[in-house]
Amino acid sequence: METLTQNTAATFAQNWTETNLPFSNTKLSEAKSVLENTPFPTTRVEAWKYTRVTKISKQNFMNPEGTVKDLSKFNILNSGPTLVFVNGIYKAELSTVSEIDGVEVSPISQAKSLENLGENVVLENEVFNALNTLYATDGAFIRFGAGKQIDQTIQVLFIQSGEQTHSQVRNKIVAEKGSNGKVLMAYFSDNAEGCFSNVVTELEVGDNAHLDIDKLQLENESALQIATEYVAQGRDSHFDINTITLDGLLVRNNLNIAVNGQNCNTHLNGMYLTLGRQHVDNHTIVDHRVPNCESFELYKGVMDENSTAVFNGKVFVRKDAQKINAFQSNGNVLLGENATINSKPELEIYADDVKCSHGSTTGQLDEEAVFYLRARGISEKAARHMMISAFVGDVLEKIKNEEVLNFVQGILENKFGFATMD
Amino acid sequence: MPSTPLSQRSKPREKNNNKMIKINNLHATIDGKEILKGLNLTVNAGEVHAIMGPNGAGKSTLANILAGREEYEVTEGSVEFDGTDLLEMDTEDRAREGLFLAFQYPVEIPGVSNINFLRTALNEIREYRKEDPISAKDFMALVKEKSALVELDAKLASRSVNEGFSGGEKKRNEIFQMAMLNPKLSILDETDSGLDIDALRIVANGVNTLKSDKNASIVITHYQRLLDYIIPDFVHVLYDGKIVKTGGKELALELEEKGYDWIKAELV
Repeated sequence: METLTQNTAATFAQNWTETNLPFSNTKLSEAKSVLENTPFPTTRVEAWKYTRVTKISKQNFMNPEGTVKDLSKFNILNSGPTLVFVNGIYKAELSTVSEIDGVEVSPISQAKSLENLGENVVLENEVFNALNTLYATDGAFIRFGAGKQIDQTIQVLFIQSGEQTHSQVRNKIVAEKGSNGKVLMAYFSDNAEGCFSNVVTELEVGDNAHLDIDKLQLENESALQIATEYVAQGRDSHFDINTITLDGLLVRNNLNIAVNGQNCNTHLNGMYLTLGRQHVDNHTIVDHRVPNCESFELYKGVMDENSTAVFNGKVFVRKDAQKINAFQSNGNVLLGENATINSKPELEIYADDVKCSHGSTTGQLDEEAVFYLRARGISEKAARHMMISAFVGDVLEKIKNEEVLNFVQGILENKFGFATMD
Repeated sequence: MPSTPLSQRSKPREKNNNKMIKINNLHATIDGKEILKGLNLTVNAGEVHAIMGPNGAGKSTLANILAGREEYEVTEGSVEFDGTDLLEMDTEDRAREGLFLAFQYPVEIPGVSNINFLRTALNEIREYRKEDPISAKDFMALVKEKSALVELDAKLASRSVNEGFSGGEKKRNEIFQMAMLNPKLSILDETDSGLDIDALRIVANGVNTLKSDKNASIVITHYQRLLDYIIPDFVHVLYDGKIVKTGGKELALELEEKGYDWIKAELV
């Protein structure tokens, strides 16, 4: 019978410890049932057509505690509250939890005002979400109280360390009615090899609230990450997310945004630069369920060497969701002869009075432009870097926090050799 | 129109020894087709040479080969630029040595600001010459001075390279870049084509102002009109891959009037 059970996620996780987080029993038993009955997705499943998860499913991962000796290289923001998780386990001694009036910042395992954990997270057919539910280690809980305007960005650092370790991180971020909050979530590796992190983040943006998320994926070239967000937007709310992926062997992002209230504004931007045998997959869904909303999506990628990227962006406009403006654009530059991009923008529109557009471009660097720059005395390498930097520039512009932007530019310069932009 | 017949100009003897570029028996092909068939041309410091010729004669090929475009293959001949073997150098090193090509079709580069691009170029050239980078203050002063020279709006200077520029603005931007980089030898590849008379005057004025006894220009053109504004010391006719006739500026007028057929006839 071994061959039959081999591929179920239940076997995969058989030695893991079940979660202590306050999920309802219904959620836990649903997750258990999904794990027992659902195999890992194969490329025959449409949503996983270009991304093989055997690198994850064929391995055994453990979840030991880890430590980080020098946090300074991961510290992006100089001040403000910082939560640090190593292998998905909260590290109080590395974290800085300064009190901000009306805001709760804590590990989710110790959250005081946590409600409805897992409410918006789909489990059916979603093996990784089910794994994350049944085995969630810990994660960040951030709640911006009603009406609170918080300028300071709250930093959450997730560091994976050790050999073939895993973490099942569950975060919840709530911006209550009329509040304004900003969160940076950054993922790193430290002395790590072949680790797997599976992150699910629930985000609630209350009526007239404003929430900005910067998500930086910087785990190392052997790291495997599945990162899933479920966002629910209330009326008159504003949600911004920048997903910046600059490392990782296999990275799959699932960004699901449900626009539940009218007069919402949604911005989702992404940038992915890949080298070696990296594989980065961005799946996004913006679900316009009600009228009079706007969404803007801009994802750009540069693929070199033998790397692959996937972009699948879906925009739904439901039957009665009139007066929707939805714009989606995905641009790609292939540098390596063996680099690949699979780009699939999708619009599903059931309303008749909407303004929607999507576009996908894939190309190489403009050799005429490279020659032009060289003809002015700029080296070929610098010319190519200027062109790439210019290409991703409009995504970088969306990062509003200067410290985050500087950090990202530092990586572009040090890892990819880009000239710093103005 | 100020002009002095070539024969009446006094030319110090040593100036003729001050060779800027010497093109000797240049043969070049593209995709196996021979375009240049033994071209000879010597330009000295302080001189302006015009190269005219019918379509397909090889004018733009010459400009592109001098700038280092790799699609062309040089099969024979040599080019000596200010004492160095030009053909052995990469495009960027030619620029750093002081060669400048004003493009016939300037390229639009979205996202790269004119200013950032020029500062990078200028500093790479300075580094090559073992000079310190230019300070931000001096750079901005230089931008202000040189953009005024070609009446280029300061706003255009800070926009993306050539993006959304009109044809005239693109050509003025070329001369602005030339002014910023202060080359020894400028090659203007049909800079006049498509320009209205005002833009033409501005471009020509820029070129004339930059002219000195230490630099030189090769002006490639289809039309005599530009040469009313940029007075050449020599006019060459390029035909079928070779320079077949050389004269003073009056040769340009003759070509304008009679076309190229009489030259073809002369050759037969």
